[in-house]
Amino acid sequence: MKDIKLTTPLDEDSIRELKIGDVVSLSGTIFTARDEAHIRALEYKKEGKDIPVEFTGSAVFHCGPIMQKEGDTWHLVAAGPTTSSRMNSLEPEFIKTFGARAIIGKGGMSRPTLDAMKSYGCVYLAITGGAALLAAKGITSVKDVHWLDIGMPEALWVLEAEGFGPLIVAMDSQGNSLYENVESETKHNIKMAKQKLGLI
Amino acid sequence: MISDDVLKKATVELLKNAVTALPEDINTALKKAYETEEDAIPKMQLKNILDNIELAQTGSLPMCQDTGIHIFYVTFGKDMVISVEDAIRNGLKEATKIIPLRPNAVHPLSRHNPGDNTGLKMPYINYRFSDKDYIEIAVMPKGAGSENMSALAMLTPSQGLSGIKEFALNTIVKAGGKPCPPTIIGMGIGGSADISMKLAKEALLRPINQRNDDSQIAELENELYSAINTLGIGPMGLGGKTTVLGVNIEYAYCHTASLPIAINIQCWAARRAVARIHPDGLIEHISHPKEVSP
Ligand code: SF4
Repeated sequence: MKDIKLTTPLDEDSIRELKIGDVVSLSGTIFTARDEAHIRALEYKKEGKDIPVEFTGSAVFHCGPIMQKEGDTWHLVAAGPTTSSRMNSLEPEFIKTFGARAIIGKGGMSRPTLDAMKSYGCVYLAITGGAALLAAKGITSVKDVHWLDIGMPEALWVLEAEGFGPLIVAMDSQGNSLYENVESETKHNIKMAKQKLGLI
Repeated sequence: MISDDVLKKATVELLKNAVTALPEDINTALKKAYETEEDAIPKMQLKNILDNIELAQTGSLPMCQDTGIHIFYVTFGKDMVISVEDAIRNGLKEATKIIPLRPNAVHPLSRHNPGDNTGLKMPYINYRFSDKDYIEIAVMPKGAGSENMSALAMLTPSQGLSGIKEFALNTIVKAGGKPCPPTIIGMGIGGSADISMKLAKEALLRPINQRNDDSQIAELENELYSAINTLGIGPMGLGGKTTVLGVNIEYAYCHTASLPIAINIQCWAARRAVARIHPDGLIEHISHPKEVSP
């Protein structure tokens, strides 16, 4: 297991060097985006409207944080990942359109996203689901927020990170997915489980 | 006399306990899972989970950013039926602000978010009755990652026990890493479509180290627990030995022509809190005895 430190904006070469199972920590700017922010970013792009942040080379975090406002500044309370598969139908287009280099989330994503990661140079970084306070420790400040009209969880938060992680490279840009590996193992193991239950 | 103020205070305390500290049965199971795992990746996932639980407890902060939607179970004691709805609602609103909780409740179609975790029929309150001389309130903040993996099947009676086991296995395999494993499987067998679902969720209120009183159901709980843990899905679906921490099943009699089976998955952040409110207004925290606030 390699332990690798990366800083945003991420360049294609260092992303393409990552292999599934590597451990990564991230510093620099991280954007949160869930279903609604993905949809809006793609829509705005199509309509030629302004997008308030630069997604090229970015790390996009599938996260709906808990934020608290003290005076004029937002303060991050908890920020764990949301289930990435909800963005399965949006992510390939998002990676292609914006050139995002890292997607951070939990639970993994489907084949079309893995294919897009291979084509355009992007990785999926798994962060422990539910470990929202541990994740928040790697965020030093909330720099900005856009699209708050879609609600606190769905808004596009701009976070400053320092040693954000540990993240596990779970899908790399060579077409490997830890989830697919586990899945094929599970398919094999299911026979054993069925035997245990007296089903076969 | 149980006043609205006491009920509201109890609600805030219950929510605070639930989202900041796990009940002992879950903590113990997670620690055991950490010891059981051998490979680096699953061990690291469980270490992160345990460290995170520690941070939540010491900082008195929500362990997960998805503080759920709020399902309450109110059990009225003998001659103790009083109106609790407004107090619980107000308590939830206050808790959302001060703990804080993430405002999760939205209109199902417009997705409008009132921002305080309340809306039509939300929080959802289940009412039950007992012959005790106190009111018991349980809260289960339920995150979407695990809830979205729920499943219902209307089996034919001939599919029987095998059909139930098969359905349980397939549901867990399909859920993979999405519900934040290691999970707890709540199962409801029998009743009707809606009753089996309710039972599946209620099953999650029972500590995972307690088996069902019915020996046949208890055996099914044990069998499924060990079979599912041979699947290798592991913590966060990244592979490993611990896919579930427990399997809890409740059942009800059903129609002679049907066999409903429902599964409600709970993530490792299996938040639940229970308190008793005595006639003199004393709030007794059952699930979190250490966290009781004065
Ligand atoms: S499934 Fe549970 S632990 Fe995971 S993010 Fe949702 S609420 Fe948190």
